[in-house]
Amino acid sequence: MSFISYSFPVFAAALLVLYYALPGHAQKIMLLMASYMFYLWAGREKLFYILITTLTTYGAGRFADRVLQMYGKKAAKSKNRVLLAVYLAVNFGILAVCKLRFTFQNVLLPLGISFYMFQSAGYMLDVHRGRVQAERNFLKLALFVSYFPQLVQGPISRYDKLAPQLWKEHRFDSKRVSFGLLRMLWGYFKKLVIAERAAVAMTALLSPESTGLSFFVLTVFYAVRIYGDFTGGIDIAVGMSEALGITLPENFVRPFFSKNIAEYWRRWHITLGDWMKDYIFYPVSVSAPMRNLGRAARRRFPAFGKRLPVYISSAVTWFCTGIWHGITPNFILWGMINCAAIILSEELSPVSAKISGRLSLSDRRWYGALCVFRTFIVMNFIRALDLFPNVGEYFIRLSSMFKPAALPAGGLGLDVSDYAVLVCGIAVMFAVSVIQERRGSVRELLWERTTVRYTLTCAMLLAVLLMGNYGIGYDAAEFIYNQF
Amino acid sequence: MKNIKLYITAALFIALLAAVQALVVPKYMSSSREGALTGEYYANAGDNDVIFIGDCEVYENFSPITLWEEYGITSYIRGSAQQTIWQSYYLLEETLSYETPEVVVFNVLAMKYDTPASTGRPEQREAYNRMTLDTMRWSKSKWDAIRASMTDDERERESMFTYIFPLLRYHDRWDQLTREDFVYMFRRDTVSVNGYLMQMGVVPYADEYVEMPLADYSFGENSLYYLDKTTDLCREHGIELVLIKAPSLSPVWWDEWDEQISDYAEENGLMYINMLEHSDEIGIDWNTDTYDAGLHLNVYGAEKAARWFGAILSDECGVPDRRDDGNIAEKWDEKAKTYYEQKRSLENEEK
Repeated sequence: MSFISYSFPVFAAALLVLYYALPGHAQKIMLLMASYMFYLWAGREKLFYILITTLTTYGAGRFADRVLQMYGKKAAKSKNRVLLAVYLAVNFGILAVCKLRFTFQNVLLPLGISFYMFQSAGYMLDVHRGRVQAERNFLKLALFVSYFPQLVQGPISRYDKLAPQLWKEHRFDSKRVSFGLLRMLWGYFKKLVIAERAAVAMTALLSPESTGLSFFVLTVFYAVRIYGDFTGGIDIAVGMSEALGITLPENFVRPFFSKNIAEYWRRWHITLGDWMKDYIFYPVSVSAPMRNLGRAARRRFPAFGKRLPVYISSAVTWFCTGIWHGITPNFILWGMINCAAIILSEELSPVSAKISGRLSLSDRRWYGALCVFRTFIVMNFIRALDLFPNVGEYFIRLSSMFKPAALPAGGLGLDVSDYAVLVCGIAVMFAVSVIQERRGSVRELLWERTTVRYTLTCAMLLAVLLMGNYGIGYDAAEFIYNQF
Repeated sequence: MKNIKLYITAALFIALLAAVQALVVPKYMSSSREGALTGEYYANAGDNDVIFIGDCEVYENFSPITLWEEYGITSYIRGSAQQTIWQSYYLLEETLSYETPEVVVFNVLAMKYDTPASTGRPEQREAYNRMTLDTMRWSKSKWDAIRASMTDDERERESMFTYIFPLLRYHDRWDQLTREDFVYMFRRDTVSVNGYLMQMGVVPYADEYVEMPLADYSFGENSLYYLDKTTDLCREHGIELVLIKAPSLSPVWWDEWDEQISDYAEENGLMYINMLEHSDEIGIDWNTDTYDAGLHLNVYGAEKAARWFGAILSDECGVPDRRDDGNIAEKWDEKAKTYYEQKRSLENEEK
């Protein structure tokens, strides 16, 4: 099932009614059934993949736990290494095959495979490290793997945070349910009203007839689209879960307000970043070869040598992040450019701190705004690599920016009303972000002002229903992150 | 207090949505008027002895007023644009919940379409589906008609929801609204006279229509299935089913199709009349009686076709003459008045 299908609101409404009507101990079973129903909607054949991951995660977890109990933490860690390697090989092997088939044969990926697999692998690694105890109840683990709101595009949750909530009884809380529904509505607004309109313009801007500055315009439209699409999808997922009384981790904290790239990545797709940090960056950076390299480097270059293992670990992490997005050169280059930009910014930070200190720039608001703008533009150019599996084409388009600007005959495919909706939509999105940045949750601010809240909710619902790009005549695309 | 505010807001919002929906749905008043036909039936249901079902070859080729004036036959044309046989079937099923006619007349051209996909481009089919089904009243027949009519694209997009809530289908008209949308937000004018959509122009038939021969002339399984269902439905209700091929020169009505329908009629004891074979008898002059070079008849042709066919309905099918029934006669005289007003007005427009 897709969040943007007509069935989903009906499914969600029916689930909420049943969920809160049921006694507490039946709620978890209801959630499991609903999750599998949600998954089955995407096609029975895809069920095989999630079942394999669930079964291997449960079996491997239980086995690792038994070894841990028999031999103690230290001995078990080395004994379980082979098991862990087999588990990861099987699951990531399946993921790799699916991604290869998607890239080269255009075979659709099983729904949310990258997300539930990373979540399951995170659980398994935590069991291996002794951070969490393996789940004995198969159904509980199956629910953790398949929990439907986060199944499609994350956020990637951790077992110790999510599982206890899934198994707990949840009483109806009108504030919590309305907060959840409001957040879902906000997600639909961003996806259907804003992102889908930007997508129409992108099709024109991606055509070979578009040259010159149109590439720059493309990067801006893509920023709008991916922000509306991905954060919109996450809002729907987190909001749905919130309505069910289960808190999912935040995946975004207004990333376009970041002053540098490192900060941007602390605010964008946070749960993937955290996963990569915990399960790739840290293990690589404290591994024996890396420690040896660090020691050797420190002897030769005392200052830089200290940072070298961190940079190499970062490079490995960014390489994996790139691969996670897709097995094509553009994503690998995308990862490496992000890594290089962060390292460069780290290396240059003493110089930049000196300059801004001397000129007292850090206190100036305009300088902060300039940094935000600079990060936005730089990230737009890096992000545009997503759009060109053929890296050569990306550079051709990039270099064409200095040629005279041209657009296809039909323009951007938007009419005046579309531009008006897009501009107003972006303005609303910006205003909400500013309020969130300065005063916190908008929903909390509105909670006591019922008239304003009801009016705004009705206005937003009407805007989505009327101005959303969906249904016959539109090619409302699935969420971009569904394909990862 | 909080809950009262919530209930009031919800009620107001639902009312607003209903108003917005009424505003954005197409009105079919000045263009594509055939889209309004299905919905006009309900005000005229109840005392029709003959019901026509089919596509434009029925709603433009027969004048119910002529049938009334010449034979005292009360009839209604439940026609719609490119009506498929499954739509004809469900419209008839629905009709039978309002009235039981003596005769049902089915125009067999629809047999050429076996599935929604075989009727043309999906967007075009969807538009025709909408014109036929949107104004149909909700019933099991409507539900089944929608399910049978949806194209693959509609199914993939879960369009049943959009038939239930047309706002979901027409929401994108918010920036294309015209004066007509506001004027007819909560009311409609009647565009037909008992389902007959009057056409006045004259465009003579010029050259013979040539269509590529078909690889296979057999009617499809689905269309035959619905023809059987229609036959059975009429039989169950004691209604005589008459199959006709209306007098239109295009699309071509192949001899092989004619043969299959003749055989079917014979096997099932039905009357089948290919009116194309009786054009001269009917008196159709293809230079003056068609408004689009032989595809459909204009009002003069429709009156001739009704006059000729009325004799068969009256003499062979025994459809009663109701002119002596005061109540019915009064109603039909009113309809005839509207018909002639419409005719005069169109004649003036033509001049």
